[in-house]
Amino acid sequence: MHHVLITHGESGRSRVGASRFARNMASLQGQFEVPYGIGGPPTMFTIPTLRYMQTHGVTEEDLARVAVVQRQWAAMNPRASYRDPLSLDDVLNSEMIAWPFRKLMCCLVTDGGGALILTSAERARDFPQKPVYVLGTGESTETPMISQMEDFTSSRAFRVSGALAFKEAGIRQADVDHLMIYDAFAHLPLYGLEDLGFCEPGEAKHFYRDGLTAPGGKLPLNTNGGGLSYMHSGMYGMYALQEGVRQMRGIAPAQVEGAKISVCHGVGGMFAASGTVIFGNEAV
Amino acid sequence: MPNDQRPLPTPTPETAHFWEGCKAGELRLQRCTGCDGSYFPPRPFCPACGSRDVEVYAASGKASLYSYVINHRPPPGFGSDPYAIAVVTLAEGPRMMTNIVESPQTPEALKLDMPLTVTFEAFGEIALPFFKPAGV
Repeated sequence: MHHVLITHGESGRSRVGASRFARNMASLQGQFEVPYGIGGPPTMFTIPTLRYMQTHGVTEEDLARVAVVQRQWAAMNPRASYRDPLSLDDVLNSEMIAWPFRKLMCCLVTDGGGALILTSAERARDFPQKPVYVLGTGESTETPMISQMEDFTSSRAFRVSGALAFKEAGIRQADVDHLMIYDAFAHLPLYGLEDLGFCEPGEAKHFYRDGLTAPGGKLPLNTNGGGLSYMHSGMYGMYALQEGVRQMRGIAPAQVEGAKISVCHGVGGMFAASGTVIFGNEAV
Repeated sequence: MPNDQRPLPTPTPETAHFWEGCKAGELRLQRCTGCDGSYFPPRPFCPACGSRDVEVYAASGKASLYSYVINHRPPPGFGSDPYAIAVVTLAEGPRMMTNIVESPQTPEALKLDMPLTVTFEAFGEIALPFFKPAGV
């Protein structure tokens, strides 16, 4: 088997060598979305959320709580960009970006990079580092136009990608010890918990209200502090995978004791695409 | 909106009927003559069954508010006041992005599921479909 080096690096904050966003006004997005004033992810990725909130009785405080809990994880991560404790009031009084989203419900903009080596279990056996096993993967897409997403309360790409990964891994949600859900904005862990099958539609808010995803909770989620507090260079998938790998190796700053299975769920082009990778730390 | 210099669409052969309709004060959708489904955005085939037997028709212009954000950081060309970027569900079924006009741009004024009616605003050669509260 060949060995694959997966690398990612991005000058998200410094913008060194960054290309300017070029709009094509003849594209479907150019014709049917751009003229109404979308200005990037803060005004696109967020548009479905109000329908989700109204359908499931999710409040602005519930969105704020996602940021508060992730800051609790970030406080345990020496490399996190922001580590000072946050209160619900801090989040709910931060600058308005795109109602109902305030600044502290939006991810950071940082520089960053990472790398992973993918090889066979046999080849990894005599590596100096403890190997982590890929148990299952899934990928899916929906529409690149946020306005044409089938259902604003649930991502089809999330549902399909997650189901494929769980099927391949041959595990159930109850088997999962650690979870990463790409959090470009505070609503994504809520959608992710539901669309990956950890709870019924509308129940994810209770995971946060009851502290299940917080340090000491039953389902540790975004244990590096996430895009909201750790870092976010523009495309965060690499960093979610790295935290899953560290947790499976037992070397994460906020290590989940005894964790054997980690699920990492990423997004691409906002709700347009997603990928799910399930890691384990025992040879299969 | 004062100082409105928003970017405008460049129609293509597949979408020309829609933009011509807007200039004529008509919201034109397409529907499949086989499976009878209405769809948007425009394309020369039915997204449900793939048939190319499709026709253009004038929609009712009625819609309801599906979801939105209120953008407090307007991009260049959109003035300086917060404004809602909305997605509406047309009475015929399809959804489209738009702006809500003739209404305060506030959560109190913009309630999900409120009934809306299309209205067109000209920007040179292009007319954009906006929506206003029904009865206004």
